[in-house]
Amino acid sequence: MKVSVDMGSCHGHQMCAIAAPEVFGSDELGNATVLIDGDIPAELEGKARRAEANCPERAIIISE
Amino acid sequence: MTDTRKPVESLLTDYDIFEPSFVANPYPGYSEIRESECPIAHTDRYQGSWLPTRYEDVVALAQEYEVFTSRGILVMPPPPGQAEGAYGGVAAPPITSDPPDHHWHRRLILPVFAPQAVAKYEQSTRDLCNALIDEFIDKGTADAAADYAQHIPVRVISNMLGVPLDMEETFTGWVRGVLENMHDMELRKRSRLAIIEYFLAQVEDRKTNPRENDLISELMNTEVEGKKVPIEYVLGVCNLMLVAGIDTTWSAIGSVMWHMAQHPEHRKQLRENDDLWPTAIEELLRVYAPVTMARIVDRDIEFQGCPMKAGDRVLMAFPAANRDPRQFENPDEVILDREHNRHVAFGSGIHRCAGSNLARLEVRIALQTWLERIPEFELVDPATVTWAGGQVHGPRSCMVKF
Ligand code: HEM
Ligand code: SF4
Repeated sequence: MKVSVDMGSCHGHQMCAIAAPEVFGSDELGNATVLIDGDIPAELEGKARRAEANCPERAIIISE
Repeated sequence: MTDTRKPVESLLTDYDIFEPSFVANPYPGYSEIRESECPIAHTDRYQGSWLPTRYEDVVALAQEYEVFTSRGILVMPPPPGQAEGAYGGVAAPPITSDPPDHHWHRRLILPVFAPQAVAKYEQSTRDLCNALIDEFIDKGTADAAADYAQHIPVRVISNMLGVPLDMEETFTGWVRGVLENMHDMELRKRSRLAIIEYFLAQVEDRKTNPRENDLISELMNTEVEGKKVPIEYVLGVCNLMLVAGIDTTWSAIGSVMWHMAQHPEHRKQLRENDDLWPTAIEELLRVYAPVTMARIVDRDIEFQGCPMKAGDRVLMAFPAANRDPRQFENPDEVILDREHNRHVAFGSGIHRCAGSNLARLEVRIALQTWLERIPEFELVDPATVTWAGGQVHGPRSCMVKF
């Protein structure tokens, strides 16, 4: 599983980083960054999905 | 004082967001509109507005910023003789800005509010909360709204702007004049002008006595495309910091205190599980979202069957959207570990609250500090709690005993 953020839709709610702080961070403007290159470790997949389900802008893209 | 307003005939065609029972508890009304065949209500009061209540509609409107503009964000038109939003060229950027200017108006302040940047206010906020609690802890009773919540955001903002803390009461008065007593046109006008004059004097003072590390000075020295930003921008941001950063956050803290006073089981959950805090704060913000913002329709358009005309006002009822059962299971229930929570307490789209990380920090520290020192407390009498409403909803007096 991989995750990415559509920066055109991200408006910095930071709800992804609240749900999955190991996977998402913040740039200097408060918009989302992905902290993990490549595959998300199995034990963080649940959290990453939860982040996706908490983003009000639907900016998080999960690909299997 | 008796209420002389004309009784509301039907919420769908005649809602009144300033009507006292709606102010105290707007949720049954929102729900009635949302579940009717006409989930976008209309009223002719206060020169007319539309009120979408479904999550999907509110979010769709927020995304369509070219049609639903931010040149006016208050439900009431401005007092006669004053331009929409602008006071002598001073508006409240970026909240009153539209693209293309909105982009730089917002871009310049974002770094100040990023999570890393607001973390430095954590300790001072904690100290401030402790100092407030010191004042009343021995009395066994306190007003959780007026003695506690109300003092927190205004001091945090004063600190950020670099203005004296003894302005607290004056700032609070101005902000209430602008936001809570909106139909008193004279008061609203006076409050707005007082804010602008005050910050103009602060700017002038910094020209002769330069300072470092305060937001006013930083803004004054910011350049866009090689030129210093206009003074109207600096004053506008200061104005916005007061009107967007104080009433909103104090209302949120107040509602959270009111909730916790009545829910020992939630206090216990938070005490026993540190990991619960981040989702708990989001859930409390969802249920008690304090802010409703307006838009002005740019051109005639039919939206979900409603014939909206250029110049009409639309109220983005984020609090109503946050309790839409189509989006949230058991929407009226506080579930501190709620898994799926795309709440829009901070709005949605390009105007999404720039100060949300600071607001979250303040709400969390306020509740944490209180619970550490006063783990058990309850309302003195639910019937005596008073509320402010309209565009910002929260308790103004909330006596608790411990
Ligand atoms: C719990 C507290 C708060 C809530 C619920 C809240 C809510 C909101 C909402 C709903 C908007 C969107 C307005 C719109 O769509 O027109 C907004 C915008 C904004 N808020 Fe907040 N706010 C809070 C606290 C703060 C604080 C503490 C600050 C800063 C000190 C702040 C600064 C801003 C700014 C600058 C904008 C405008 C962003 C833009 O237009 O690009 N807010 N807020
Ligand atoms: S929750 Fe969504 S909009 Fe917010 S920072 Fe994360 S990706 Fe961006």
